[in-house]
Amino acid sequence: MGLFLLRRTIGFVLTLLVVSVVVFAVMNILPGDPALTILGLDASEDALAALREQLGLNQPVVTRYVLWVWHAIQGDFGVSHSFKVPVAGLIAERLPMTISLAISGMAMTLLIALPAGILAASRHRKAADWGVMFLSQLGIAVPAFWLSILLVLLFAVKLRWLPPGHFPGWSDPVAAIRALILPTVALGLVQSAVLARVTRSSALELMRLDFVRTARATGLSRARVLWHHVLPNALVPIVTIVGMQFAAVVTGTIVIENVFSLPGLGRLVFQSIANRDLPTVQALVMMFAGIVVTANFIVDLLYVAIDPRLKART
Amino acid sequence: MRRLPANLIIGGVLVAIVVGVAALSLVWTPHPENAMNIRGKFAGPSATYWLGTDQLGRDLVTQLMASARNSMAVALIAVLLGGSIGTVLGLLASAIGGWVEDLVMRFADISFAFPTLLFAIMLAAVFGPSLQNAILAIAFINVPVFARVARASANQIWTREYVFAARAAGMGRFAISRDHILPNIAAPVIVQATIEFAVAILAEAALSYLGLGVQPPESSWGRMLSEAQTLMYLAPQLAIWPGLCIVTAVLGFGLLGDGLRDITDPRLARER
Repeated sequence: MGLFLLRRTIGFVLTLLVVSVVVFAVMNILPGDPALTILGLDASEDALAALREQLGLNQPVVTRYVLWVWHAIQGDFGVSHSFKVPVAGLIAERLPMTISLAISGMAMTLLIALPAGILAASRHRKAADWGVMFLSQLGIAVPAFWLSILLVLLFAVKLRWLPPGHFPGWSDPVAAIRALILPTVALGLVQSAVLARVTRSSALELMRLDFVRTARATGLSRARVLWHHVLPNALVPIVTIVGMQFAAVVTGTIVIENVFSLPGLGRLVFQSIANRDLPTVQALVMMFAGIVVTANFIVDLLYVAIDPRLKART
Repeated sequence: MRRLPANLIIGGVLVAIVVGVAALSLVWTPHPENAMNIRGKFAGPSATYWLGTDQLGRDLVTQLMASARNSMAVALIAVLLGGSIGTVLGLLASAIGGWVEDLVMRFADISFAFPTLLFAIMLAAVFGPSLQNAILAIAFINVPVFARVARASANQIWTREYVFAARAAGMGRFAISRDHILPNIAAPVIVQATIEFAVAILAEAALSYLGLGVQPPESSWGRMLSEAQTLMYLAPQLAIWPGLCIVTAVLGFGLLGDGLRDITDPRLARER
């Protein structure tokens, strides 16, 4: 186990490093003078030189990269050009919003997809199965932002049950939860479409196996066999997809936050693009990519926890 | 002759409609593109404006048709660009093996850390939002997808006897890749391309909605939706049609891809 953990951890750190090189390269080596971008074309040569000095642009690229990574590890992502405050502070302020949305979205996805997938498998080639398959096919084709707009049209504009957007903050928990309902549903419904299909097909595959027939033959009920024998064994493919979906949910929050004007990292990244605030965008892209890589690393470890046989093969 | 799978037929019909409408917009639209009629804004459906007009009095049908064309063009360029680079990389990885194969596959592994949206955000931050950057971002995501599919399929073909025969006859690795491997991996690559087309349409819509894709005055379903969102209390109907068009196009290409896979790889069809 120790060796396995060590190898996976080294792979994880290497991946993060390569990702950081890509992010830094795209954001920095491409042509264009950041000092000119910030100050504008009519800035004086002295002001430009001073800003280049302040941003460390006179140093070689490799030094700048190493410094960026070194500072980032210590939680220092530089200073935002547009907000004139440390990027780390901006992120810390908005992180809870994005995390709340990602977690509630992921929970919604699992709550819809696992029962739907198991239901479809247990009613294979019957009405419930066709229904789930049809809805999931549709769910894959519906853009999350359009579903959000439709939900707002129905529940905010027409019925006036829920707010159409904005976040009042957690000081008023009821209002906060009400504001999170539509974004969570929009995020979860679309994501659960893929997961329901995977759950169904892995459950179907298992239901053909001997141990399921044996369990049924000992007199266990259909539902008991499905939930206690089939689902635990279907977890490996499900966990893979959940890991991939977590990445989709995290980037999904970027879109959803913009649809509902929620003050999270996804809003911040678009404000920063509009302001050409490169240090902030660079830090945020690195964070999002880092979350995706970390999610995959955790999935890798979960595999072995769920199915120790896989360790021999990795 | 076996009966064609239902998803192939439904997908084919939907794709034919969307592509047909997109092609038609090149030669004919009910009204000139971007023609405004401010006095006739927010008009309901009529004989002149089949689905009504938007906040500037532009004909909705005309905009939807132009958007179909733009969406197809973006998806086609992005999938062709990313798909051909990816397929060539996959073929090379399979033909050369060793460290080249390792390098290509590690690259494919790492690219998962950059969903289309993240890559598009980086490009937009550096170069400013533009259609070219959106296409590049979508194409970039396609490269590892096709590299994986091409390599996995090519590795199977390399073990076939006719490939051994070609090698024994003194044919080089690259000539074999071109003459024997490529034609034999065409089926899975085309299936993947159809599915990725659906993904690309969805990505273009999302990027355009967020302002990182198709720029004004060109129309896009995603852009139409972002404009409609600000007018929801005034003209909710504007938020319906562009979304339906996106769903039709994505569903069509998705079903067509699934159907093509079912007939080219019958082993998978049984699972459905």
